[in-house]
Amino acid sequence: MAVLLIAEHNNKELRPFTLNAATAASQIDADVHAVIIGQNSAEAAKQLSELPVVKKVLSVEGAHYENFTAENFAPVIVKLAENYSHIICSANTFGKNLMPRIAAHLDTSQVSDIIKVISPDTFLRPIYAGNAFATIKSNDAKKCVTIRPTSFDPCESTGGSAVIEKIDSSEEFSNTKFIKREEIKSDRPELGTARIVVSGGRGMQSGDNFKLITEIADKLGAAIGASRAAVDAGYISNDHQVGQTGKVVVPDLYIAVGISGAIQHLAGMKESKVIVAINKDGEAPIFSVADYGLEADLFEALPQFMEELNKLNTIQK
Amino acid sequence: MKILVAVKRVIDYNVQIRVKEDGTGVVTDNVKMSTNPPDDNAIEEAVKIKEAGKATEVVAITVGEEKAQETVRKALAVGADRGIHVKVDGILEPLAVSKILQKIVDKEKPDLVFMGKQAIDDDCNQTGQMLSALLNWPQATFASKIDVKENKLEVTREIDEGLETIEINVPAIVTCDLRLNEPRYASLPNIMKAKKKPIEEIAASDLGVDVSPRLEQLKVEEPPKRKAGIKVANVAELVQKLKNEAKVI
Repeated sequence: MAVLLIAEHNNKELRPFTLNAATAASQIDADVHAVIIGQNSAEAAKQLSELPVVKKVLSVEGAHYENFTAENFAPVIVKLAENYSHIICSANTFGKNLMPRIAAHLDTSQVSDIIKVISPDTFLRPIYAGNAFATIKSNDAKKCVTIRPTSFDPCESTGGSAVIEKIDSSEEFSNTKFIKREEIKSDRPELGTARIVVSGGRGMQSGDNFKLITEIADKLGAAIGASRAAVDAGYISNDHQVGQTGKVVVPDLYIAVGISGAIQHLAGMKESKVIVAINKDGEAPIFSVADYGLEADLFEALPQFMEELNKLNTIQK
Repeated sequence: MKILVAVKRVIDYNVQIRVKEDGTGVVTDNVKMSTNPPDDNAIEEAVKIKEAGKATEVVAITVGEEKAQETVRKALAVGADRGIHVKVDGILEPLAVSKILQKIVDKEKPDLVFMGKQAIDDDCNQTGQMLSALLNWPQATFASKIDVKENKLEVTREIDEGLETIEINVPAIVTCDLRLNEPRYASLPNIMKAKKKPIEEIAASDLGVDVSPRLEQLKVEEPPKRKAGIKVANVAELVQKLKNEAKVI
């Protein structure tokens, strides 16, 4: 039986992690169908049909799908599920919100946030904030699986030409009403997919001081991250949080500034290829995962860092 | 309005996890256990709503082994009115927990069910959404702000792109984020008083729910270790290493 991928999009275009989820789906079974639920989302559906790993696109539109409400999305997928062995989605806030609602309707025990497909019924997933890895075998007839996007490469985005089949919409769930979404617009790369991430913690001491990080991030073409402590203190908005209950990032370079390195923060960044820690406390746990540690006062180190970057002839972007 | 709050006993968030040598799980003997952190936020929010005169009763529930009752007792010490302990041993998957909670909701008829958005042991992030599916109730996950209005809630949710606000009609499920509030500490007099508050014990087997696991945990292992790094003497050396050794800038 084929695998059903749930596309994440913003009605105009696919969200990038759909490509990572498509890769995971194709590792389970070569026959991947993808469902896109939205409103005026034809362009995103077309993008989906161009992913070479996707063999068929199912598209459903309706005003009640405009804001991705799980209560409206779940019935559509539950109805499609009888033709599929697996339902796959990214383990970001979209998929985390939606997939368990589908799994409960199908009476299947969901496997969350997998980092590897071992076989079509066996998966590797981190538990305890990534301090242990569990190999899990699902014995349910239908498997609902969310995937950690940064653990799978994005699939090719062009070259495919899957058919797009329109399907019927389901009834509106009237007890949940969307009011508004406050998205923080930025020209910087997205935190989840950036090649370089510069993160600040409680050591930044104020929101104003984050400009020291912003400067360096702009110079390096990096995204800006933060520890939970920095977000809780109001230095920066929640969409920057890296960690067990925030975002998981795997950049080529992660620079942690004034972050002590609680287990919960390490869970979100310790798979990064190169880790730099700048902290004045030489005993801070962040140094245990750092490839390069600099024991220094960040208010001296960051301006010097900027100066040194300015001296370089070229910077990779 | 009546609020049911589900709490889970987990290894304390500060404990360094150790994997058992035989690969069957993590070491839990002689390890400090606590209430799952965002479940503390769920209790705090329910108690605050009651203190604001917008709820009449806060009932704390846990599902699990004998000692799980400690988490209900702690909830009673910070303001919950009474407790329920559904006793069951062994591994419980979120699907089984949500089926048990559904039975309790049928009996207790709360207007709201609160719980943490994710348990920090299995990191599943499923139970609230599953319960809301089984009940066909609205769900507000990852809540960082709750406004109680007449027969509805306005909830701000933390999503990857920023914040989202939704309005849900009661009865409803809310899963709580750590930023929802600052959980209070129990005072000694309140801890003493909590000892007198009732906790109803129910055997899971009496609820007629099949809680047998659907997933097999074949192996638990340590994640790969990172190679030890170096300390650099100054910023110039750091930038030089990043440029010429790691080649990442």
